[in-house]
Amino acid sequence: MNILDIIINSLSTGGTYAMIALGYTMVYGIAKMLNFAHGDIIMVGAYTMLVCINRIPYTTKLGNMVADMLVKQCGLEEKVAANITVIAFGIISLIIAVIVCMLLGMIVEKLAYKPLRGASPLAVLITAIGVSYLLQSAAQIIFGPNQQNVPVGDFGKSKLFGVEISNYLIITLVVSVVVMVGLTLFIKLTRTGRAMVAVSEDKGAAQLMGINVNAIITLTFAIGSALAALAAYFTLIKNVGITNNMGAMPGIKAFTAAVIGGIGSVPGAMVGGILLGVIETVATKIPVIAPYKDAISFLVLVIILLVKPSGLLGKKRREKV
Amino acid sequence: MANTVKKSSSRQFKLKYHINYMLVALVAVVLGIMSKTGVITSRSSLEVLQQIAIAILLTVSLSVVVGFLGELSLGHAGFMCVGAFLGGKFANDLYPLLDVFKKREFSEFLEKIDYKPLADLLEKIGYERLNDTSELLILIACMIVGGIFAALAGLIVGLPALRLRGDYLAIVTLAFGEIVHNMFMTAPEDIFGGPSGFKTPKYDIYSLFIIALVAVVICIILVQNIMRSKHGRAITSIRDSEIAARATGINVTKYKLIVFMVAAFFAGVAGVLYSFTQTKVQTEHFTYIYSIEILVMVVLGGMGNINGAIISAVLITFLDNWLRGVLGEKAIFHKLIYAVVLIIIVVYNNAPALKSFREKYSLSALMGNIFKKKNDPAKPGDDEAKWHRVPTKIEIDEVLSTKIQRDPTTSIKPDKGGKK
Amino acid sequence: MSKTVLKIENLGITFGGLKAVQHLDLEVKEKQLYGLVGPNGAGKTTVFNMLTGVYKPTEGKFYLEDKNLTGKSQQYINHKGIARTFQNIRLFNNMTVISNVLVGLHYQPEFKCGFFTSMFRLPRHFKVEDAMREKAKEILRVVGLEEERNNLSCNLPYGKQRKLEIARALATNPKLLLLDEPAAGMNPQETADLMDIVRRIRDEYNMTILLIEHDMKFVSGLCDEVTVLNFGTVLAQGDTKTALNDPEVIKAYIGG
Repeated sequence: MNILDIIINSLSTGGTYAMIALGYTMVYGIAKMLNFAHGDIIMVGAYTMLVCINRIPYTTKLGNMVADMLVKQCGLEEKVAANITVIAFGIISLIIAVIVCMLLGMIVEKLAYKPLRGASPLAVLITAIGVSYLLQSAAQIIFGPNQQNVPVGDFGKSKLFGVEISNYLIITLVVSVVVMVGLTLFIKLTRTGRAMVAVSEDKGAAQLMGINVNAIITLTFAIGSALAALAAYFTLIKNVGITNNMGAMPGIKAFTAAVIGGIGSVPGAMVGGILLGVIETVATKIPVIAPYKDAISFLVLVIILLVKPSGLLGKKRREKV
Repeated sequence: MANTVKKSSSRQFKLKYHINYMLVALVAVVLGIMSKTGVITSRSSLEVLQQIAIAILLTVSLSVVVGFLGELSLGHAGFMCVGAFLGGKFANDLYPLLDVFKKREFSEFLEKIDYKPLADLLEKIGYERLNDTSELLILIACMIVGGIFAALAGLIVGLPALRLRGDYLAIVTLAFGEIVHNMFMTAPEDIFGGPSGFKTPKYDIYSLFIIALVAVVICIILVQNIMRSKHGRAITSIRDSEIAARATGINVTKYKLIVFMVAAFFAGVAGVLYSFTQTKVQTEHFTYIYSIEILVMVVLGGMGNINGAIISAVLITFLDNWLRGVLGEKAIFHKLIYAVVLIIIVVYNNAPALKSFREKYSLSALMGNIFKKKNDPAKPGDDEAKWHRVPTKIEIDEVLSTKIQRDPTTSIKPDKGGKK
Repeated sequence: MSKTVLKIENLGITFGGLKAVQHLDLEVKEKQLYGLVGPNGAGKTTVFNMLTGVYKPTEGKFYLEDKNLTGKSQQYINHKGIARTFQNIRLFNNMTVISNVLVGLHYQPEFKCGFFTSMFRLPRHFKVEDAMREKAKEILRVVGLEEERNNLSCNLPYGKQRKLEIARALATNPKLLLLDEPAAGMNPQETADLMDIVRRIRDEYNMTILLIEHDMKFVSGLCDEVTVLNFGTVLAQGDTKTALNDPEVIKAYIGG
């Protein structure tokens, strides 16, 4: 097995986890709640892309027309042209999915979580579980229980230092790095970002300083959901079929990543996500422990939490007595 | 003084503390007679009864962790899985012994016995009855063994609970559950069946539900006994304020471990019962989704309320089955309804904005107006009965918690209106 | 000469470079009422936290009746005989008043009762429960809460919650009682009442009491000796009147 291959693979898996983990960690940091339904936002994103690409009439026709045009005007090969069209449609549908997911995240926050602000954390968690159930069963009713495939195009392979690596891995890696850097800058440099930090530190004090806490929380949900949609796209380019509970396992894994990194900490989510990606990829490559790869990542979680109860980069809060 | 006259208030029999398991026992007796005399023959209704019994065992044991200790556990199905697989394995090892009671082997066996009176006695009892009794004994032994293994697993999960709290602990328990079912799935196929399922002995469906209900009765009695004792008080004190409990000298470590072990034990028993209802036990049954379903039952029943847990376990299991039957093809709709109802109930019960509305129109407030009770301080204290719905310690932010925690605790005082 | 109950030697703690308390020496005699005063942030509660094992001191030692308890666990220290109340009340809110006290009685040797004894309701369980209840009522009588014993503790008014905390601490049968601002938020009548209770506890239970308080009337009315802390160091120590009239102390309080 080539080292470079493993590195790229684990980093891109880790990047996907980090995308989802960021959603968890930001919502946790700001609303102090475990958004259990976050994983299902991924699923909604994936189904949105499915609808955009496969279900809306005329998209296929439009696609064929565009591909034809490309062949005629630019003199591309038919296959290449079709592929470019599919990729373009995939990206357009990704944008739509981002918007849909953002709206969904905000709606869910408004309807289910906002009334419970100030209620016991467990109640909020249970509601989130309810939302997760709701989204999953709604998806099953609408799209059926069977696995479905969504074509988002073939990105091909490229040679890197003499090793063949699928381009989608590199794309995942690059996009997630860009998003992470952008998010960090956003939080560090903009007014809104600083307001988010303030809200996560102390809601009451932030409100007294004139920050619109409700708006900040809604924004956090929107950003988290947008990242979830991105994660859905990353899942689709791996050519993985989608089902109504596709978000559950990545969701939980990403949550694990967020906890490993220290929940509430944005860099923590990135570190945790990438660490988890590395662990998983390495575990898959070793045949003896490959079947236990989920167990191993959870085991790592348990060990890290035992050594450092607040996660790798989490802030240690000394409980005031 | 009036209270010194009452010599032993704790020994007094208070019906309201005992009514729950008595009802379950009554149901067990009545339905047992009905099934033995052939009034109930439908297998599906007996299956529902088994499911209900298992659900009660799971909810009552989980409510000890969530409602009384105040720690969130999302790995309860994991304990059940341990019970189901290790208890089932034990049963698989013991069942070959029953061969002795097959008709032909039995007569050979009788011939082999040198001691005449024993042989005569065995013959008189007959191989059938001996077979049945031994099967029952094996089941009970398996329940205990499975429970003990699950309790050991509970001990292992309890160890992180000493260092972690709230969300962190929740995710570790969830991780535990996932690890467990993953381990059993990837375990050697000749021992635990692997992905195709683990073959376990199946118990006679016409008797199993009785045994399950008896297990439920025992579980309720024991859990209530613990909770209504000094140890129960120590456990609830940890829930209310761990800092104060430590400062008051409570051995928090010990009690957390005990609670996790007790809860795991009964979950393990439920697992063994489950394995006896199934010809093949699938590991997929024990994913975190199942743990969450159990948690939902506990929450809907009211945290820290054993009776509520029992009622919600019965209702939800029953409704689940009934809806599945009624909806038939459209069975997925029942999950949707379930989710919507869950959200509405939780939001209604917990939203701070609806607080005054709830207090005005809550069922207990209405009941309180009808049955006005006098608050007599000289009455022997029934303080243990006042378990209120309590927030778990998920909150990390001290500021938030001190500011807000008051709301849920003070808002849910349903019987207050009646008592004044 | 009465014997020393608590002896603190050069106690100190640092939180990541911040010296919260340093070079604290203190000696409390049996049946003494000892005051620990100082402006906000002086490190008084931190001292309590070290004495009860919440924080581990980074330097120094303290002894309870010649037994070194430095750095032991909270539970161990409590069992050896130091009980406390909290500045921001920490009652078991969802339990009744009497249950709060009963939790305090949990580890008293005369109320020993194994887990399985309770689980299977053996006769010992009933005996212990009844005896515990009697004892709890007796303690509640001392602080004047007997009538309210079946109320939920979160429903008590503030002043009574403070008293209940004292009762709970008392129930653990300590040799030394630490009271963290027992009179905070009380009106003058309640404060006077509380002074009475504290004195009575000292006399009836032969208790040694170390208390933190901002109410100078309360301190000068009760305490035989005080230690004044400021920024984690001892400002003045000794007889209450002299220590409180020390110009340094007045300066620290008024901020001259």
